[in-house]
Amino acid sequence: MAVIPMQQEQWTRRKSAHYLRFGLIYFAAVALAVWFLFPIVWSLITSVKPASEINASPPTLLPAHLTTLNYTNLNKVGSGIVRYTSNSVLTALYTIVGTVVLSTLAGYGFARFGFRGKNILFILVLAPLMIPFQAIMIPLFLVLRTLHLNNTLLGLAMVYITAQLPFGIFIMRNVFATVPRDIEEAALIDGCSPLRMLYRVMLPLVMPGIVTIGLFAFFNSWNELFAALIYLTDSDKYTLPLLLATARTNPGLFGGTNWGGLQASVTISMVPCLLIFIFLQRYYVSGLTGGAVK
Amino acid sequence: MATLSPTIERAKAPPTTFSKQRAGLFFVLPSVLFMSVFFMVPAVMALWVSLHNWPLFGPHKFIGLTNYTNLLKDPQFWSSLSFTTFYAVIVTPPIFLLGFGMALLANSGLRGVRFFRTAFFLPNVISFGAVCLMWYFMLNDQIGIINVTLRRLSLIHSSLIWLANYNTAMFAIIILVVWKAAGGTMLLLLIGLQAIPHDLYQAASVDGAGGWEQLRFITIPLLKRTFALALVLSVTGSYLAFDQFYILTQGGPQGRTITMVYWIVKNAFISFKVGYATAISMVLLLILVVLNAGQLYLLRDSE
Repeated sequence: MAVIPMQQEQWTRRKSAHYLRFGLIYFAAVALAVWFLFPIVWSLITSVKPASEINASPPTLLPAHLTTLNYTNLNKVGSGIVRYTSNSVLTALYTIVGTVVLSTLAGYGFARFGFRGKNILFILVLAPLMIPFQAIMIPLFLVLRTLHLNNTLLGLAMVYITAQLPFGIFIMRNVFATVPRDIEEAALIDGCSPLRMLYRVMLPLVMPGIVTIGLFAFFNSWNELFAALIYLTDSDKYTLPLLLATARTNPGLFGGTNWGGLQASVTISMVPCLLIFIFLQRYYVSGLTGGAVK
Repeated sequence: MATLSPTIERAKAPPTTFSKQRAGLFFVLPSVLFMSVFFMVPAVMALWVSLHNWPLFGPHKFIGLTNYTNLLKDPQFWSSLSFTTFYAVIVTPPIFLLGFGMALLANSGLRGVRFFRTAFFLPNVISFGAVCLMWYFMLNDQIGIINVTLRRLSLIHSSLIWLANYNTAMFAIIILVVWKAAGGTMLLLLIGLQAIPHDLYQAASVDGAGGWEQLRFITIPLLKRTFALALVLSVTGSYLAFDQFYILTQGGPQGRTITMVYWIVKNAFISFKVGYATAISMVLLLILVVLNAGQLYLLRDSE
């Protein structure tokens, strides 16, 4: 860009206007960051405060004493927080594994093979992108009941996998399509079978795509409330979001108003998501751009 | 994010042999089976079930379009529809404006821009369950930080019981949803912003276009597709709203915050009227299809 020579006075005026604008933008950014982070931090702080400080009026800003009691007491809530957390972990694992395996196979098939009915099948697996899951959830309940999968974590994971598959297949097909063909051709000459090729040659190359779809599968299963509420009936099988919702609809579960315990369970539910996002955010962004990792 | 449109590339496909055909089908088949059982079957069933008097347990009976005609006479259906529409209409603009503002911020050469971008987006990865309980605590009338602060600043004399009153409850929920969702819109728009070629801005500034003109004549027109996508996602999400109302207001006060999805759930799993609930979800689906098609049409590329 060419710099146009300016008179000294004009230059300084421009410069101070520039600084003022910059200052305002910076102020807005900081104010927004505080607004977005405060509730999260407040919940974290409250979870390690003793009840006396939480219920004081006004409450202490930073805890004078730290306590882990809010967390340990969660073992007395319902079937115990360990149970609810492992329900969530198990469901997320099923969902991640199912989504990754099915999407990788299908993505490879759609990207690299020609077969009859390919276009129709591709549209069929992407169709749910247009139809919200809420529209089919009652018949889906009837299907799960017929298969004896209702009220099981595995059945819930099946629902989540179904919800994730269109996105997963779309991303994996794009990612496979970017792998240069000569890599496969070289392996093909060595007499490699398609499945072996996928496993030995392609898999390392499409790892970023796998991380991306695994990440989305994790977030969507870990945070999902609606399907869990409908498909799980035993409180023993509740996942964390369902436990949190129940804490509000049935406060007796937490032994009356137990702010420390509530914020401790909020923390347990949100911290994995925060950490995973902070460390893997470039894969998250790549999911939104169709699978390209910068 | 035009990338989500299903385009099938067939260029440069290697010659297909019979075994290759089979291999392709073999890779695709597990997903196709899965989608058939857990998506296609329920989708077709939905239409069928909605034509029945179908209790959750026990035998069902074909009743034609009776569920649909009953629905037209159901006052709660209409008030849920108008409430959900109202909610979608008031929650979308703030999410959009804030999201766009933050995307511009995050796209500027600001120092620490990575930190700001992450901070703005973090609420988006937290579940509604956690977000609602977090805010439920902050909104508490005795010890909630919001009431304490407002009292300290003498903006109010006595604590507000936020969720007990329709207006304050809606206000609180809108703030909470904007807090959670604006980052998602920001991220989508930011990706769109970064796809705009840099030389366009350079050429414009050589021609003497200031920041405002660049925004109006370059950024906004070129972001049209991204705006359309973000708008569709935001409106769809609002029409499907459930979690925040189920957890925070439980449909109250006086049943005034029962959204469409909430009314579907109540019918299916509290009144056990599965057929009727499915009829409502078919109507909701129809509304969403029409709305989304309309938005995409309005925001289409003019050329």
